[in-house]
Amino acid sequence: MLQVISVLLENKPGALMRVTGLLTARGYNIESLTVARTLDPDLSRMSIVVDVEERLRSQVIKQMNKLVNVLQATDLTDCPAVCREMTLLRVRAPLEKRATIIKEAEIFGARVVDSSVDGFVIEATGDSEKLDEFLDVMQSYGDIDVTRSGAIAVSLELRKLRLQPPIHLAASLAETEEEETNGVLNG
Amino acid sequence: MSNLMNGARILLECLAREGVDCFFGYPGGVTLPFYDALYDHSIKHVLVRHEENACFAASGYARATGKVGVCCATSGPGATNLVTGLVDSLMDSIPVVAITGQVTSKLIGSDAFQEADTFGITRSCTKHNYMVKTVAELPQIIHEAFYLAASGRPGPVLVDIPKDIFQAQGHYTPVDQIHLRGYRVTTDGHTGQIRRAAQMIWEAERPIVYAGGGIIAANAEAELKDFVERADVPAVCTLMGLGGLGSGHPNFISMPGMHGSYAANMALSGCDLLIALGVRFDDRVTGRLAAFAPHARVIHVDIDPAEISKNRQADIPIVGDAKRVLQKLNRVVAELEPQMRAKSAPGRRAWWKQIREWKDQHPYDSPRSDSEIKPQHLMAEIDRLSGGEAIVATDVGQHQMWAAQLVRFNHPRLWINSGGLGAMGFGLPAAIGAQFARPDKLVFAIVGDGGFQMSIPELGTIASNGLPIKIVVMNNGYLGMVRQWQELFYNNRLSSVQLDCFPDAEKLAGAYGFRGSTVENPRELAGALEAMVREPGPYLLNVRVTPFENVYPMVPAGGAINEMVLSAPVAAAQ
Ligand SMILES: Cc1ncc(C[n+]2csc(CCOP(=O)(O)OP(=O)(O)O)c2C)c(N)n1
Ligand SMILES: [Mg+2]
Repeated sequence: MLQVISVLLENKPGALMRVTGLLTARGYNIESLTVARTLDPDLSRMSIVVDVEERLRSQVIKQMNKLVNVLQATDLTDCPAVCREMTLLRVRAPLEKRATIIKEAEIFGARVVDSSVDGFVIEATGDSEKLDEFLDVMQSYGDIDVTRSGAIAVSLELRKLRLQPPIHLAASLAETEEEETNGVLNG
Repeated sequence: MSNLMNGARILLECLAREGVDCFFGYPGGVTLPFYDALYDHSIKHVLVRHEENACFAASGYARATGKVGVCCATSGPGATNLVTGLVDSLMDSIPVVAITGQVTSKLIGSDAFQEADTFGITRSCTKHNYMVKTVAELPQIIHEAFYLAASGRPGPVLVDIPKDIFQAQGHYTPVDQIHLRGYRVTTDGHTGQIRRAAQMIWEAERPIVYAGGGIIAANAEAELKDFVERADVPAVCTLMGLGGLGSGHPNFISMPGMHGSYAANMALSGCDLLIALGVRFDDRVTGRLAAFAPHARVIHVDIDPAEISKNRQADIPIVGDAKRVLQKLNRVVAELEPQMRAKSAPGRRAWWKQIREWKDQHPYDSPRSDSEIKPQHLMAEIDRLSGGEAIVATDVGQHQMWAAQLVRFNHPRLWINSGGLGAMGFGLPAAIGAQFARPDKLVFAIVGDGGFQMSIPELGTIASNGLPIKIVVMNNGYLGMVRQWQELFYNNRLSSVQLDCFPDAEKLAGAYGFRGSTVENPRELAGALEAMVREPGPYLLNVRVTPFENVYPMVPAGGAINEMVLSAPVAAAQ
């Protein structure tokens, strides 16, 4: 089933590959992936939608949290979260259909962002199912060209982020705080 | 300022600061500046004969000591030759730092001579890897690499260093702090969970400890011994955990799994509480997972949270370092002892009786013959000479399993082998690493005739360093383990498993300037081994053994571990 994962990671060379490599090494197919810098320019936030067997979902999260560059990997699949996707599409719009297309787009909250004699470029956002419907409708006006962003997701709950404090090389392993865990750290 | 030096020199300063006294490697074009700096530095570099063996030797060094093992290779082919060694260390959680040279920064991506994408290739072969971009960040990265390799669940870390970084001048100031925000290690174990575990342990009638490499990695042998004694629990040690509880300890049953003992596998199958300590429920131990310890509740202690409930759901998960968790657990077990011991005693007595019966019913096979040397006979003789105290590095195959069954280990870090990856060619170079780490120790390399022929070049390293390694080739003339499977599961159609040419051991060793011999008469075996051990230098002993002996017990792949084949059907013997 599709799992939605949010990953906070260091913005370092190779970090993205470590996360995706973990999924591909296990043969999982990535449905979508988005990544961009956070307010802290040293960090990036990734949203991943991936097809993972139900019972392996927590294993995937644990493995991601083990990656040195990953600060926090969270499974948002069954959590209160908002998921959004954006699409840009080009639709051919002969004169007689233009008004209907615009009206239809309005129903979905989409906007025309460019118009030419050939047609429109339309921008729409929403959850993925809504976008699917919108694209279905647009297809009924003829061939369309579609680019989708992939889902981005945000948890509605504030999650505690535990980070490793600096380590003094002379001292041995830092003491760690106590926590009840089934192995999912920072999940 | 006197602290201005080139990157190569800075690297050496960092290695020295990490306490590296020797490391294993092979030079090349892009590491020339590094080897130049090494020329007048006190750290010893051991020139091996193949980079894969540099990594295996570093691993052997680390396994014998617990310290980080270090290896070094040049760019391109040097780096790609490290790959098998890195994966071996990754699978067995061995702390290794690998340094590779890379082509000059401005050539990266141009398909330059001896360029390979080492950073990309080794991403999935390491716990973490780095490519150095500036000389300024070099010290930080090196110390991070050592910290990552040794802490938490240990593993290999690779640092790829372009040639110009070795050459660039930088001001070296020792780093005293590193910051890895996303790298969290939980070591202590949750007090509440540990308390629940102690209670469950006393309440159990048929508890068993299933101890693995995590005990060795955590140096938790004293705590494990305390635990099994106080809580009155029998223990099995996995292939990676042998020596974690001394083989002679009364609570030690033996090794479980595919070629484990009858008693160990029956005890795991019959237990009502499985106390899993630093293990990962590997398929070679569990057999068919659904039938593994089917009546047991599970306490699982591991420093890697991802191991817990990966293969088997844990009833009490405890994330932590085995040593620290056992220290805490032992305190609670002791606290509960006065009120619990008497109550648990009758159940335990019955359990111990049952285990002793299993042990007596089917001890490991040890056939002897007057005409041929049986492999088991060879292992029993080595065991006698070792007395549980020698370091024994093996290769991979039948000889490895017989050694695991029949050679005893009084301490951890004596038994050295490639468990998870099962990489042939491991034994001899790992013994080299171990002998450098422990010059005081008698080191045996027990290798098959197949695996030995993958590592013959390292006889050069042994000879030139005068390493007194005792190399025992268990020569059955076959890739024995594969032949065994072909015999048992492929109608004995022996396909490409015969090794019909083996070099004369006396001449081969002689060609390298040390002694060797061949023995095939069982009556001469003990004498030959004794002479080998008396030899002050290296020795190569080629032991011709029964070719068609199979390792038993054996759990066929996919079988439940209590469904062992205990010995060869009489008619099938060739
Ligand atoms: C690098 C590598 N290649 C192939 C194998 C598969 N393999 C496992 S055991 C074995 C036979 C080993 O033969 P030998 O070294 O003679 O040891 P024996 O089993 O006869 O004791 C082989 C080929 C392996 N484990 N590692
Ligand atoms: Mg052989």
